[in-house]
Amino acid sequence: MGYVAVQGGVTAIENSQKLNRYLRLKGASAPLQVSQIMEQMGPLVDRVMSEGGLFSPFHAALAVKQASGDPTEAAFLLRAYRSTLRRLVDSIPVHTEEMRIVRRISSAFKTIPGGQVLGSTSDYEQRILDFSLAEETTETQQQAVTEFEAGLEDMHDLLEPVHFRKVVEMLRDQGLVPPVPPSPSGEPTDITQESATFPLERSGRLQMLARAETGGVLALAYSSMRGYGSIHPTVGELRVGRVSVQIPHPWRKASALTLGSVSITEVEIVASVQPAEDEARPTFTLGYGACFGHNEVKAISLGVLDRAMRSPSPHAPAEDQEFVLLHTDGVESSGFCSHFKLPHYVTFQADLDRLRTQRAGEE
Amino acid sequence: MDDGVLLSVRDLRKRYGPGCEFCCELTGPEHSTNICPRCGSVTAVNSVSFDLKEGEILGVVGESGSGKSTLVQCIYFDQDATHGEIRVSGHGNGDDILGLPRSTKRKLRSRLMGMVYQNPLRGLRMDITSGANVAEKLLEADVFHFARIRERAAALLARTEIPEAYIDRFPKSLSGGMQQRIQIAKALANNPPLILLDEVTSGLDVSVQARVLDLIRELQRELKISMIVVSHDMGVIRLLADRTLVMKDGCVVEQGLTDQVLEDPQHSYTQLLVHSAL
Amino acid sequence: MTLKDLVPRRNGFRYNFAFIDEGVKKEVRRSLLKAVALPGHQVPFASPELPIARGWGTGGLQVTMSVIGPKDVLKIIDQGCDGSVNAVNLRKLLVATTNVRTTFDSREATVLQSRHRLPEIPLRADQIAVLQVPLPEPLRLVEPSEVETRRMHSEGDYARMWVSLYEDVVQNGSISLTSGYPVRVNDSYIMSPSPLPRWDLPLLHGSEHLTLLGAGREKRVYAVPPHTSVQPLEFEDMPFTVENFSGMTCARCGSSGTFLDEIYDEKSGQASRVCSDSGFCDLVREGAIPRRGRRAHG
Repeated sequence: MGYVAVQGGVTAIENSQKLNRYLRLKGASAPLQVSQIMEQMGPLVDRVMSEGGLFSPFHAALAVKQASGDPTEAAFLLRAYRSTLRRLVDSIPVHTEEMRIVRRISSAFKTIPGGQVLGSTSDYEQRILDFSLAEETTETQQQAVTEFEAGLEDMHDLLEPVHFRKVVEMLRDQGLVPPVPPSPSGEPTDITQESATFPLERSGRLQMLARAETGGVLALAYSSMRGYGSIHPTVGELRVGRVSVQIPHPWRKASALTLGSVSITEVEIVASVQPAEDEARPTFTLGYGACFGHNEVKAISLGVLDRAMRSPSPHAPAEDQEFVLLHTDGVESSGFCSHFKLPHYVTFQADLDRLRTQRAGEE
Repeated sequence: MDDGVLLSVRDLRKRYGPGCEFCCELTGPEHSTNICPRCGSVTAVNSVSFDLKEGEILGVVGESGSGKSTLVQCIYFDQDATHGEIRVSGHGNGDDILGLPRSTKRKLRSRLMGMVYQNPLRGLRMDITSGANVAEKLLEADVFHFARIRERAAALLARTEIPEAYIDRFPKSLSGGMQQRIQIAKALANNPPLILLDEVTSGLDVSVQARVLDLIRELQRELKISMIVVSHDMGVIRLLADRTLVMKDGCVVEQGLTDQVLEDPQHSYTQLLVHSAL
Repeated sequence: MTLKDLVPRRNGFRYNFAFIDEGVKKEVRRSLLKAVALPGHQVPFASPELPIARGWGTGGLQVTMSVIGPKDVLKIIDQGCDGSVNAVNLRKLLVATTNVRTTFDSREATVLQSRHRLPEIPLRADQIAVLQVPLPEPLRLVEPSEVETRRMHSEGDYARMWVSLYEDVVQNGSISLTSGYPVRVNDSYIMSPSPLPRWDLPLLHGSEHLTLLGAGREKRVYAVPPHTSVQPLEFEDMPFTVENFSGMTCARCGSSGTFLDEIYDEKSGQASRVCSDSGFCDLVREGAIPRRGRRAHG
């Protein structure tokens, strides 16, 4: 959906844009470098990539700078940019078992094959404002980096990357989770090339969730966790890391060409037991969430919503596909919300007229 | 309370709206309206009094808007009466029960009354099985033995001619007639002395109606339950009720033995009703 | 010397004893007194934000912060384990702002804060258990609205809860609720015991100790005073049962009468069982207490 900007008051608009720029630059601080945003505002860049639906830390950081830090505005810039890029080829499906992990945990078991890898997380940080951050200098920065690197072990003799087996696979081996259903035939839906019709098949739903607005999916998933329909989720596995992106080799049949890698967050939720059907015995159900960048709250929310939207008897908002998918796209929702700032005086005049007539009638 | 009287209702009123001193005077059959011309409030039930004897079936007949449904909803505590007193023999020391706290009324209602609504959506929960609908009444009365609950629910469903297999089916997958039978089974769950039936057969096919009415009659004879049967259908009243109240615009215009009221109506409105019945 | 003098300085700033200010403590204490006077009844409290995230124990933390004194001995566990990352984190904050002695031995603790377990050794009258609660409302199982569940509690209108248990038995052959099993406290309110496993519920019934429960995000506290009846909801002809560990023993200490965690070896992937209560397990290994055989009741 696109909204055409109001024509008229051209001078006002130009002045407003000049004012925006001026407000961003007029302070005494040096201009932010895109590299500073990329390096020191990782979570914000990751969020914007995930909502923008485009993996490119540089472009996302640039969008953040241009939007002066507004994540929705930055995601909008990134999406609009994505529309200008030609689609060249579809990648081969990524195998997340081969992810180069930077963080990997499971809440389902205390210890798991391969181990729980805490990695970098703010989960256990105490949220106490650290005023020393106001005094950081390039010296203190250099010192902190040197100290940390000096304490690192020599990893050069590690030859093979370590791959971690999925916890859900373990449960699957024991029959506690349903077997992987056969892949649907044909191509997956591409929501950027066709509009969604409901009921939307799963590949479409997962795509919409992948680039949904974080606050929106969190609120709906939270409603499900709190009792508006509940699926009793346990995080079977959360993994964050880099996965290779490969395409079929242009001329060497049965070969693949690696283009590079992207970082993703993937969550597999183990949810309520489903009653036995036919001859089968009861099993847990699963929910899946994945998105670009390191976005844990979002990925967990996606996993919960994926399961909720497959509820056999939906009645809560989080279980209603249309409700969830149509209201969680940040670019669309913020756009429509903002459109109410456009002049609506013609429609309002009609309302005024109607009310005045009614009031005259009453007297 | 007099001997043999189960339920005694005095000066029961239900008003929707702010109300004023003129509401009762300026509404009723003489004014052909239940809307107060001064303040716009609706006097749905305007000073109704009657006694219901033990083992008696009382009919309440009138058109839509007469207040008959509101009357039984007030008795069942679904609605809060604006004024009046209700006494039930053997309970609360013969004191008025309308003034009791909500939680007490809830417990009392569980033991003393059953209600069957015209619309099964009001009387049943569609998201639980038929058996669970009946079980809910038993659990309200603190029956916490699963096998006993199951047995009693099955017995009640059988008595209301519902096939055994339906105990674990959801009411929404069953016919209208079946849904009414489940409501009746539920109403009987705690052996209440009083059952209220609000237009229970309106909306059912004629043949289904007849069977449900037969069932109600049988049960009443067997269990000697007192009943209040609300209907706009003279035929239903004639079939079931020993005595009848005729209501119009919130007031009772005539009451007496059903035969007398129907054969020899005194009030002009009753005459109109009787003579326009098919 | 005041309590505040016990708290070390941090970046030149000194927090109040036990971090939260006296006004907050007063409100929490008043709410706790009300909670103790009405066993199982949820009492609202303001629950301001803390440096620990909502859902990570802020309720339990505020309760502990309001009851702890300089002479107390503190034990904090998560899923039964003192060494769990979250327990370590909470302990750091509390020690930094109270300087109290800490212990891994449940027998030595005077205040014991826990997420989702009670210690295997029953607590005494001089000990307080503080439980972290994510979802305090047991009726949420059948009713999403807070206004309605408050009414249900105030009128003792629990039929819908019981109906859901009836349907559970019809569908699954028995009540299939697992952790956080609803209980009736003092023959009055229905309460969520926090996500304790069924295994721990008998420890609440008629206990010698006081149990305080805090839900920070939902902003409720409630309590089970000593010598109070705590009965899991059950049908008379289908008695409540606990988790089944028959035939299993702890690989570390050999006990077979404790709640056992299922763990998978990091290298081999081999499955085994160990006591969830790591403090108990350590005491057995040290020879301080005997290993425990199969539990008689359950």
